Amino acid sequence: MKHARIVITGVGLTAPNGNTLSEFRQNLLTGVAGIERIEVRYMGSQLAGVCKYDPLKYQKKKEVRVGTRAGSIAIYCAREAVADSRVNFEAQAKDRIGIYIGCTEHGNVETENEIYNISKFNYETKYWSHYHNPRTVANNPAGETSLNLGITGPAYTIGAACAAGNMGLIHATQMLRLGEVDFAICGGVSESIHTFGIFAGFKSQNALATHEDPKKASRPFDRARNGIVIAEGGCLYTLERLEDAQARGAKIYAEIAGYHVNSDASDYVLPNPQRQSECVQAALKRAALAASEIHIVNTHATATPLGDIQECEAIRSVFGTGCPETHINNTKSFIGHAMGAAGALELAGNLPSFDDLTVHPTINVDDLDPQCALPGLVLNQPRTVAKVDTILNNSFGMLGINSTLIVKRFAA
Amino acid sequence: MTKDECKQVVLDIIADIAPDEDLSNVKPDVRLRDQLQLDSMDFLDIVMELRKRHAIEVPEAEYPKLASLDSCADYLTPKFNALPPKS
Repeated sequence: MKHARIVITGVGLTAPNGNTLSEFRQNLLTGVAGIERIEVRYMGSQLAGVCKYDPLKYQKKKEVRVGTRAGSIAIYCAREAVADSRVNFEAQAKDRIGIYIGCTEHGNVETENEIYNISKFNYETKYWSHYHNPRTVANNPAGETSLNLGITGPAYTIGAACAAGNMGLIHATQMLRLGEVDFAICGGVSESIHTFGIFAGFKSQNALATHEDPKKASRPFDRARNGIVIAEGGCLYTLERLEDAQARGAKIYAEIAGYHVNSDASDYVLPNPQRQSECVQAALKRAALAASEIHIVNTHATATPLGDIQECEAIRSVFGTGCPETHINNTKSFIGHAMGAAGALELAGNLPSFDDLTVHPTINVDDLDPQCALPGLVLNQPRTVAKVDTILNNSFGMLGINSTLIVKRFAA
Repeated sequence: MTKDECKQVVLDIIADIAPDEDLSNVKPDVRLRDQLQLDSMDFLDIVMELRKRHAIEVPEAEYPKLASLDSCADYLTPKFNALPPKS
């Protein structure tokens, strides 16, 4: 079956180290991490990636008060992406626009807040907020975005743990190809730093990073890595069918080349290198690319001792030999793990490589773990390379969901 | 509590739940919804904040009595004055 070609025409993002793609990219090339210490309810000072965008750029104060952080991040990213796409938004048929937003989780923040709130009133539930349900429904970030932008097409979230950011783009690609919509706003968001539960959960798993220097706390592939730095953030793209993008003379960042999603079916939390490898291989097959034709592999690695080794095992099985032009990096070393936003943000951080032929590094690797010593790993300093025509982005999540997305330089 | 003080209590709550609104010229005899961007959820907010901040309960059947500042003052001032003194 011949599918419509799908292209990326706009990017909107907020990351702990940048609120635009250019700022984010600049910081990835100059080694600027965005990790700091915050106070987390019940847990005290914790390391986190915190976004500094201005919510009031696109929302009224009341929208911010009534809505959720994830909704606010989604609105900011969506508005920025639409503006970046330079589409005539007013003229677009709003019922033909789809919003597909990946989330790791949603509702924990508000539920924790309400339980804390009623704890001040002897746990009497008559003090429980009437906003709890609209804030905690799983479609909340997409729904808030539809309200803010007046979009009447399908708007929903995709729950796929930390594979979700990629899933937003993959699902949008599918919906555009099916003709369900003509214009898609898609990617992922995360508000996770506002829930103590995710910090406490990772700590109980012995998977929460600690380091005296916040900027050095997220250190995938380093022998001294000791866990995840939790981050908030968001990245949404505008996707269109190529013919529509070309008809309006849009700037094209990249073309969707291939993707795959599969499941480990083996453990609640432990990754499965065999399934990850199968996911990457299937995405390559769909893209009709050989492993040696991938120029950047952006890893999912979160800096857990075991998880990094297992992803490296999967990558080594695909790219370990015969891939001299394949360069491997990791974005979480700068911003921590932005959960449902991770895949989308990490892809964005690499998109400018098509133009500047530079691969951003994995920072904080002072002592490379031999089990993570992949050929082509770009460590600590950016690397200028001869060719970047393809980027492969891995995002994996709990309950064993794996997603691989491949984009390529657009060529008519 | 006087009725004017009661109106100020209500305005203070509205200032928090509708932070984009200009409350400098709210007409006391006009329905709040006719002069401010307030929806049904916002009125639930007013009820909730009266409960949380002042231990005032407004049964659902009596929500219409919160329609304007004047009607709020008529309805709520006796309730405030019936509260036990704060220790």
